[in-house]
Amino acid sequence: MDILEVKNLVKRFGGLKAVNGCSLGVKAGTITGLIGPNGAGKTTLFNLITGHLKPDGGQVLFQGRDITGLPPHEIFHNKIYRTFQITREFSHMTVLENLMLMPEDQVGERVWNTWFRFNAIYVQEKAIKEKALEVLEFVGLRRLANEYAGELSGGQKKLLELARSMMADPDMVLLDEPGAGINPSLMQKLMAHIRQLCEEKNITFLLIEHDMNLVMNLCNPVIVLSEGKKLTEGTPEEVKTDKRVLEAYLGGQYR
Amino acid sequence: MELTGLLAYLISFAIMAGIYAVFALGLNIHWGYTGLFNIGIAGFFCVGAYTSAMITTPQPTGVYAHYVHQLFGWHLPFVFGLMGAALMCGLLAFFIGLPTLKLGEDYLAIATLGIAESLRLIFNNEQWLANGPRGLMGLPQPLAHLIDARHYNYIYLVIVLAVMALIYFLIERSIRSPWGRVLRAIREDEVSASMSGKDVFAFKMQALIFGAMVMGVGGALYAHYSRSISPSVFTPLYGTFIIWVMLMAGGSGNNKGAVLGAFVMWGIWIGTQFLTDFLPYTVKSRAPYIRFLVIWILLEFILLYRPEGLLGEEKRVSKLIE
Amino acid sequence: MVELIFYGIVLGSIISLGAIGLTLVYGIIRFANFAHGDFMTVGAYITLFLISIVMPWLGIPDTTFGPLSFGLRTLLAFPLAIGAVGGVAILLDRILYQKLRRSDSNLVIMAMASLGAAFILRMIVLILWGADSLFYRPGLLRPAVELPLNVKVRPDQILIMAVVCILIVSLHLFLKNSKIGKAMRATADNMELALVSGINTERVILWTWGIAGALAGAAGILYAIDVQVHPYMGWNFLIPIFAATILGSIGNVYGALIGGLVIGVVQQVSTAFLLPTYKLPVAFLMMILILFIRPKGIFGSK
Ligand SMILES: Nc1ncnc2c1ncn2[C@@H]1O[C@H](COP(=O)(O)OP(=O)(O)O)[C@@H](O)[C@H]1O
Ligand SMILES: [Mg+2]
Repeated sequence: MDILEVKNLVKRFGGLKAVNGCSLGVKAGTITGLIGPNGAGKTTLFNLITGHLKPDGGQVLFQGRDITGLPPHEIFHNKIYRTFQITREFSHMTVLENLMLMPEDQVGERVWNTWFRFNAIYVQEKAIKEKALEVLEFVGLRRLANEYAGELSGGQKKLLELARSMMADPDMVLLDEPGAGINPSLMQKLMAHIRQLCEEKNITFLLIEHDMNLVMNLCNPVIVLSEGKKLTEGTPEEVKTDKRVLEAYLGGQYR
Repeated sequence: MELTGLLAYLISFAIMAGIYAVFALGLNIHWGYTGLFNIGIAGFFCVGAYTSAMITTPQPTGVYAHYVHQLFGWHLPFVFGLMGAALMCGLLAFFIGLPTLKLGEDYLAIATLGIAESLRLIFNNEQWLANGPRGLMGLPQPLAHLIDARHYNYIYLVIVLAVMALIYFLIERSIRSPWGRVLRAIREDEVSASMSGKDVFAFKMQALIFGAMVMGVGGALYAHYSRSISPSVFTPLYGTFIIWVMLMAGGSGNNKGAVLGAFVMWGIWIGTQFLTDFLPYTVKSRAPYIRFLVIWILLEFILLYRPEGLLGEEKRVSKLIE
Repeated sequence: MVELIFYGIVLGSIISLGAIGLTLVYGIIRFANFAHGDFMTVGAYITLFLISIVMPWLGIPDTTFGPLSFGLRTLLAFPLAIGAVGGVAILLDRILYQKLRRSDSNLVIMAMASLGAAFILRMIVLILWGADSLFYRPGLLRPAVELPLNVKVRPDQILIMAVVCILIVSLHLFLKNSKIGKAMRATADNMELALVSGINTERVILWTWGIAGALAGAAGILYAIDVQVHPYMGWNFLIPIFAATILGSIGNVYGALIGGLVIGVVQQVSTAFLLPTYKLPVAFLMMILILFIRPKGIFGSK
């Protein structure tokens, strides 16, 4: 069954059609790769799905529900989480606070509760902190829990993004170039985490990636985007040998 | 005799510094924690002061009714004045936030500035509203019957400090809770906060209203201290920007810093007054400008070389559970 | 009424000059310059200084041109003063904004710094000249000529509009044809793109400040010729200038021109119904209305 379905999505920037009648589906429980040459509209597609941009046409369905054009925080409540190509951590907050922010509808997020329901908040905060520390343990950032998030290295920030997505208990996570700019050993770790999360927590991943090694190892199926449209879809091997894909990338980094 | 004079002076100094500390705490919610750029504090100051004044004074009667006009006069106790001031400012903040909070920070800035300047002009020109440029006089002081009028300031200092402490406590509680965590996340990265499921507009609105209510209380405290208010009090310099310098100097994002900044900067402000007393008579009329110039240059130095102020933000703020 | 509209256009053309500078800074350097109003004040006072102190000392005669209220001294002082305000703007950038830019400061911190700069400039004016209203030619009668439709106009006002037209046409030609003008437009469109395509953004920023400062200075001088010189004159223009900038869409020079004229006319016409001191709240109300109806301004995309 398709957990995420995109139908005829259109987004224009002035005269440029960044996403041009794109339709695709993502099967539940998969790690689906989204590849395509630079400027193909991959990031824009993510922005449309997660409510960061409003589409000029088309539909986005998640678990059968129409979520087209909802504001980002409501998309989040539908259990979709996304990361950014350039990580967007809360740099003047500690790593731990970055994680503790994530759970939705915390009692202490209502300002009057902070004065009148102190005990409830206290209990919940304890649980959230516990969970956050567990997650940090899982991604191996435990010892940095009380450092400013802004002071982490690029690769650690990618791990922090993943950790944040785990705090949110999502059904689906969209990752925008999770492997960009991190060293190979960290990359291996990241891949292992993603696979583990998919298998154990049944989280569906859709990830944009340029590193073909990562895509070929991790993703199945792979969707190819070109000029704002789906070009083709298939197993990594099928995609690798598809002539149209090679054409689309001609002059790109993958031949 | 000397000593009691000095003491009285210190008391009145502490009252004003305490009132400014309340404003700085309000601004800290806006700017320090949420990144809301409010440069019209004077507007909330003004509304808070006038609201409390009209709630606590009676409608003028007899001969006075010919000379003094005010929209209403309820003659209620001081506490109602404080609460009314907070409510009115909260309402005003809501209407300012409605068109501006979804846009960039600059829009809120220019809107708050515009409201503050407009309100001052309106209170100055509309006689029926609050007696125009002459303003309102003879505001009641709480618990005044307990003590000889000459020593009343002792009581008022206690009241100001108590209100300040209460506000400090309320803000600390909410800032160190998940609510404050969301505000700080919004300050750091609005887009990321909304992608993390937080309704950015709603939280910004709450912060704007909460801070404005605190400022309203500050305005009321001022009104009942000076006992008379007129539009000329609520200028951008005394009503808004000195508070900004206090917060920036003390350390935005730190409530202790806000209070400390208010006392230190008010001390410097009063201190420079002593210095300018030594200036030759001819330039004396322009002495306040020289003092302000010094303060503004100080602000630029803080921005350039010590943006975190005297006390910066603590590393871990969400620490209800230590 | 026709007369009020005409006065509104005069006022509006002064607002436009301010708004164009503000919108350039906003579009290219990307922050709200709250010192822009006070640039106007500084321009007016530098002119006052030149006219009342430097020129008499140099022995330049105090003539007037025909029916105008000013003469040789003002004519000479005008270019000097607007150049000086451009210089002040550039100087502020070098000692203040550039440092903040390099330390990657938040744009709001830069706006805060500009507020500080606004007050510093104004306090210097207050210290040197005091808080009273002053005039370039105290006590001079300014006869009005009568145009058709019962419109009484002072020759000064016609000249003000002529000067504004000349400045705007030259700015238009500059942005269209000169190398640096093109670079400015490119930077306003897309800062990153401009950087990678090898445009020297620091040079662009320098020119932007110079031009914005000079235009604001010119606006201040023209207002001073029309009305008076006052330490708070520029500050009182700040809200109308912002309203005009937002109405004309931030970053859009021609939008700022039209926005300024609209705000000026509405402000002036409002005096038929309201106290003249309510001009500022009227501009503010206009701005709030724009924010509700069309927050990106008339030329904004959506
Ligand atoms: N906010 C925007 N404004 C204008 N053009 C944009 C914007 N975002 C993306 N684009 C353009 O849309 C196209 C697709 O961009 P993007 O989705 O980032 O591609 P990808 O992520 O596949 O490399 C590019 O040509 C890009 O320049
Ligand atoms: Mg991309």
